[in-house]
Amino acid sequence: MERTSARMQAGGAKVAAPPRSNNVFRSPAFHRSVKVSVTLVVVCLLWEAGCRWFEVPSYLLPAPSRVFASLFGSSVDFVHHGSVTLYETLLGFVAAVALGALAAAIIVVFPKLADIIMPLLLIAQIVPKVAIAPILLIWLGYGLAPKIFVAFLVAFFPIVINTASGLAAVERELLDLARSLEATRWQIFWKFRVPSALPLLFDGMKISVTLAVIGAVIAEFVGGNEGLGVLIIIANQELDTALAFASLFLMSAGGLVLYALIEASERVLIPWNSAASGQILGDHR
Amino acid sequence: MNAITPMIEARDLRMVYNQGTDPVLALDNVNLDVNEHEFVSLVGPSGCGKTTLLKLVSGLASPSAGHLNVDGKRVSGPQKKIGFVFQVPALMKWRTIQQNVLLPAEILGMRKAEALERAQELIELVGLKGFEKRYPHELSGGMQQRVGIARALIHDPSILLLDEPFSALDIMTRGQLNLELLRIWSERRKTSLLITHSISEAVFLSDRVVVFSARPAKVLEVVQIPLPRPRVPEMRVSREFIDLVDHVGRLIGLEFV
Repeated sequence: MERTSARMQAGGAKVAAPPRSNNVFRSPAFHRSVKVSVTLVVVCLLWEAGCRWFEVPSYLLPAPSRVFASLFGSSVDFVHHGSVTLYETLLGFVAAVALGALAAAIIVVFPKLADIIMPLLLIAQIVPKVAIAPILLIWLGYGLAPKIFVAFLVAFFPIVINTASGLAAVERELLDLARSLEATRWQIFWKFRVPSALPLLFDGMKISVTLAVIGAVIAEFVGGNEGLGVLIIIANQELDTALAFASLFLMSAGGLVLYALIEASERVLIPWNSAASGQILGDHR
Repeated sequence: MNAITPMIEARDLRMVYNQGTDPVLALDNVNLDVNEHEFVSLVGPSGCGKTTLLKLVSGLASPSAGHLNVDGKRVSGPQKKIGFVFQVPALMKWRTIQQNVLLPAEILGMRKAEALERAQELIELVGLKGFEKRYPHELSGGMQQRVGIARALIHDPSILLLDEPFSALDIMTRGQLNLELLRIWSERRKTSLLITHSISEAVFLSDRVVVFSARPAKVLEVVQIPLPRPRVPEMRVSREFIDLVDHVGRLIGLEFV
């Protein structure tokens, strides 16, 4: 209840933030996106010109126009393959956030269990995920399950580590205050630890979501018949480098959008963390 | 409460910390009475065990030997009738000023409407009216420390424990908050224990100044401060004030030689 009200009040209470102009075209965000777009366009133009000038064969380096043609002109169902990879990524990521946060809570609230859980987590993290992907295929079949599982595995660790340090990072004085008022374990957890962990949880989510994309694609490489990773394998076999680049472009774009969504929700959900550091895509305040 | 029983009564207090192999003696044979409504400062060399004494009074730690009574009862666990102000503001950055002040009320399960009313009153008392919905990072260090004072008073504690609350502030803010604290204390008359490294701050605010020796902390002398109340800034340049500061300073200085 209080948290909702905190969110609602946040908007009006900023004094430190620079005045926001109503004119979109004058806002710093607009200026930045113009800069980024111009850079991208210039890079693409140079790339295109280079390919044409030096007559680079398309199987070595396709010109942007060829990649573009492959994206929109070919018979490949990018929407289907893209959504399969997105689905695997998201499911793996969501599971990693849920179970990672839970594991972190257990580690912090029951320090005695930490000695049992931490080594297991560390082993799970150290085992190369690329290497166990084939084994997972044997165990879980060729469907979506092994892809989701690998995405989950690579996304899990940053969530646990970040959330656990966030939960543990409550000021000593605040904990003294809690103890002097005889706050219950439950109160200390929800009122003191959880809010303190949120900024770090979001940082962990930003790392994890990009890793989850990698995990899903790696598992697709190992075996399967749909997804952007599979497209790249097929493209390689057929020397259709433009198709490989098109798939690569979609993966990156997808990862970028997921990252931006997390940053945006961070701004909405924890506006008090505005002193904040980690915003790469959003306004630099 | 009757006037005969002191609010805080320490008898032969001894505190030993068992750190690894060699135990550290933090307090040795400390005797101290603090009366209700009294403002008492604790001064002494850094790390001499003053904070330990506050922890004992609050019930966050228990003495190795000796007796400690608060409000006539032996301290046997955390004391809810105590308000804490720390060296750092220790505010929750995810809560507004109002929500920060309300924190102890929530933990203790005070009635919401009543707590809100008290919070508003205290926010006004510490001079932060209009900042209720702001977040800590929007406030200066001095203002954050005021929030800490309001939070310490929300559950109407009988004792206020202040652990170097102004030492992180610049000299002007510090002087200003000294006056504020005097005003708040004269309005609420909470029994107050203040740890400070500023001798003039201790003399200016207190009824008595307890001078501790280096570790293990023993009470060297309890200095009565006979300056009249209400105290005003002009007193800080009076002969009497300077003599008192000099006297306390010599007590601590001697210990260093």
